Amino acid sequence: MRWGKCLLVLVCLAAAQGAWAAPRILRVLTHSSFSASKELIEGFEKANDVQVRFTAGGDAGETLNKAILSKGNPLADVLFGVDNTFLSRALAADIFEPWDSPMLADIPAELQMDPSHRMLPVDFGYVCLNYDKAYFERKGLPVPRTLEELALPAYRGLLVVENPATSSPGLAFLLATISRFGEKGVRTWESYWSDLRKNDVLVANGWNEAYYDEFSAGGRGRRPIVVSYATSPAAEVYFAAEPRPAEPPTGNILAEGGSFRQIEFAGVFKGAKERDLARRFVDFMLSREFQEDIPLQMFVYPTNRKASLPGLFTAFAPVPPAPASLDAALIDAHRDEWIARWTKLVLR
Amino acid sequence: MNRRILAGISAALPILFLGIFLLYPIARILALGLAPIVGRGGSGVMGLRKLLADTGAGRLLLASAGQAFLSTLLTLAVGLPASYVFARFDFPAKAVLRALLAIPFVLPTVVVGSAFVALVGSGGLAERLAGVNIVRTLPAVLLAHVFYNVSIVVRIVGGSWANLDPRLGESARMLGAGRMRSFLRVTLRLLLPSLAASALLVFAFCFTSFGVILVLGGPRIGTLETEIYRQAVYALNLPAAALLSALQLLVAGLMMLAYSRLSARAAVVLRLTPGSVTRRTPRGPGEWALVALCGLGPTAGLMLPLAVLAAGSVTTPTGISLQYWTSLFRNVRNSIFYVSPVAAAMNSLAFSGLAVVLSLTLGIPAAYLVTRSRKGTLLTGAAELLFLLPLGTSAVTLGFGYIISLGSPPLDLRGSVLLIPIAHALVALPLVVRSLVGPLRSIEPGLRESAALLGADPARVRLRIDLPILRRAFLAAAAFAFTVSLGEFAATALLTRPELATIPVVIYGFLTQPGDLNRGQAMAMSVVLMAACGLGVAAIERLRPSGASDGASEVF
Repeated sequence: MRWGKCLLVLVCLAAAQGAWAAPRILRVLTHSSFSASKELIEGFEKANDVQVRFTAGGDAGETLNKAILSKGNPLADVLFGVDNTFLSRALAADIFEPWDSPMLADIPAELQMDPSHRMLPVDFGYVCLNYDKAYFERKGLPVPRTLEELALPAYRGLLVVENPATSSPGLAFLLATISRFGEKGVRTWESYWSDLRKNDVLVANGWNEAYYDEFSAGGRGRRPIVVSYATSPAAEVYFAAEPRPAEPPTGNILAEGGSFRQIEFAGVFKGAKERDLARRFVDFMLSREFQEDIPLQMFVYPTNRKASLPGLFTAFAPVPPAPASLDAALIDAHRDEWIARWTKLVLR
Repeated sequence: MNRRILAGISAALPILFLGIFLLYPIARILALGLAPIVGRGGSGVMGLRKLLADTGAGRLLLASAGQAFLSTLLTLAVGLPASYVFARFDFPAKAVLRALLAIPFVLPTVVVGSAFVALVGSGGLAERLAGVNIVRTLPAVLLAHVFYNVSIVVRIVGGSWANLDPRLGESARMLGAGRMRSFLRVTLRLLLPSLAASALLVFAFCFTSFGVILVLGGPRIGTLETEIYRQAVYALNLPAAALLSALQLLVAGLMMLAYSRLSARAAVVLRLTPGSVTRRTPRGPGEWALVALCGLGPTAGLMLPLAVLAAGSVTTPTGISLQYWTSLFRNVRNSIFYVSPVAAAMNSLAFSGLAVVLSLTLGIPAAYLVTRSRKGTLLTGAAELLFLLPLGTSAVTLGFGYIISLGSPPLDLRGSVLLIPIAHALVALPLVVRSLVGPLRSIEPGLRESAALLGADPARVRLRIDLPILRRAFLAAAAFAFTVSLGEFAATALLTRPELATIPVVIYGFLTQPGDLNRGQAMAMSVVLMAACGLGVAAIERLRPSGASDGASEVF
């Protein structure tokens, strides 16, 4: 009897909820590292009379694969978080529809890697080498300035990198070396990596283990050079324990060709239930307001050239010169083969 | 008549559940992945062979099985003496120690890995004391697997050991058998079913282990599960992932089949002796030393990584401070996804509560179904295998399977919050069924028959005979389900809603950016998780009937 009443109340509640003109729901699928300021999203919801429902799909690759599997019956209306190493795959899967966002006018052409405008660039970051300032000061050792110097005996046993087979910064750094040294000549990317191996490079499977467990500044490890991001020193200050240091304990090694630019894209799903809202949300992500929120939320750089950077970025997150450039289609065609060759060379 | 229909429905429920949430999604995703290769007739077989060779499937299988076998042996070597001590002796703080034993099971590998590095990695305790650094080698993996799984052995083997009449072994000795012989022939023989059950569960967990291998095994150790994840998530190679998942499921299934045949044959009907009769305070320094060595020793070992995490949560570069704890309550980034530790704990407990209810509701009829026939029939054998199968399934593959099979009405659940407790219950089900099957099999048929002869109807028999005996087993099963859910097994595979983040999800979130604050908050949150686990398990333990349970099975 009691249960019957409970059920009745529940049914009534459900009916009542349906009867009230509930706000429309915009579904946004992101990778697990996405974040934005609370007021900003609430502002969008209010202005468009919509409720934004975020779902996280895991790593960037995992999220994309889930999106591809849901082709024809998309998991959401918008996807955020496809990077340039997966761009060709995302486009080939044909799961996004073009959106000629008016905001693209404010975004540099070199970042617009998809001319069909199915994938729109929202942010970018650089994978590069970080070093432990205190270590080099203590040892009186000059900080290496080029990738080549890392293979010198003076820097033996100092570098920790991530496995490109299981880590996105690891793959990005491998791509940087491939772009820098190429396949031909006296020093190829493969001979460079066998030199690094001889120089006792340490390989960890993920960024977490490399940075937190093996890097001497970010964690408690012993290696003073690590593959991380150009914004990591700024994050070290922002997420420092009190009392906050005025300077980060780490710095970027601004080596020529020693960094790889990761661009992250958003797109409107083909078959999105709320297509107009989805387009408006993409415009919103590219707007100056959202773009200026990006740096301190996700520690990457905004693509909109009108967006200004926070002081923390201008002070401690200098953009590395001459990042590696590899065509997205080339990466897609060779990724597996490069990783296999690297594995044989460095791990076997 | 009515009752029979009810019994039929309740037996069908767990099968239906596994059909919908395990078999169907897995079949769909494997078919999707393998269709492009197999669909080509004769050349399909060639293609399959080539893919097996290309992925290094044989080597991966060997690595998976090899490390799982060694991990299981080691876990038993630590767990058996501990089970004995916990079953046979009363000693101070035993209840607390038992609750502590459950904690490792729930901790995310990312923080456990970091604690292990602090103990046995570069710059760690062992290196400073003895120059030992085993991180990124097999021993680190084995050690971590023991850390995670020893509580399974203590719970299952310790449970049946507690109900074993010590006089059985004593009589064997009186009849002239040596100490060793009486232990092997009587005690070990009678413990065989629970020994086999716990060994199988530990093996299955290690066989499909993922985070431990990646974090502590390093890049030179690859197993089927890590390669499935790599192929599915980084290489986006669905055929390879599907093939390796199928292989893993097949091998795990064969192991489980072998086990279920063995376990049905090894079952012994026993008069269960109440634990309060079989255990006592240790006598003399010898027995106290045994308790210290086998009971307290391993527990202390398991506590070391936990202590590292707790210490990390209050150690800042400039000294001891509570700032990581206080900052948990502050939305540092002003993020829309900020979840306070209280909210995260509530989310975790809500999902775990649902998972416990669901897995027990399904697990109880499942256990009855498995034990329906004493000899084992084709049906009960198949059911037993089915109820173990979730443990052999690759989580990431299942997650992909959900995407393609649960996307349209009547089962439009892909982004649904309900899928989280459902997936947790799926992984908990094998543990729940295992906890119940052993005690159910050992109930003397005579007891039930005499009750029936005295006029009790079947429902009454269950209520009056089975229930008191099984009560402790239910609690053990509930504790298992609770810890499985709290530890978020398989959660990686699902779509998550950031505002409903559980404690492990929050921990992972902290560790995506550099900075002492992030690291410290992750450690503090791990301590919150430990507390939630310890308190939850202790609360479940508390549910046991006070005193009145004498004569009931003591299956902790």
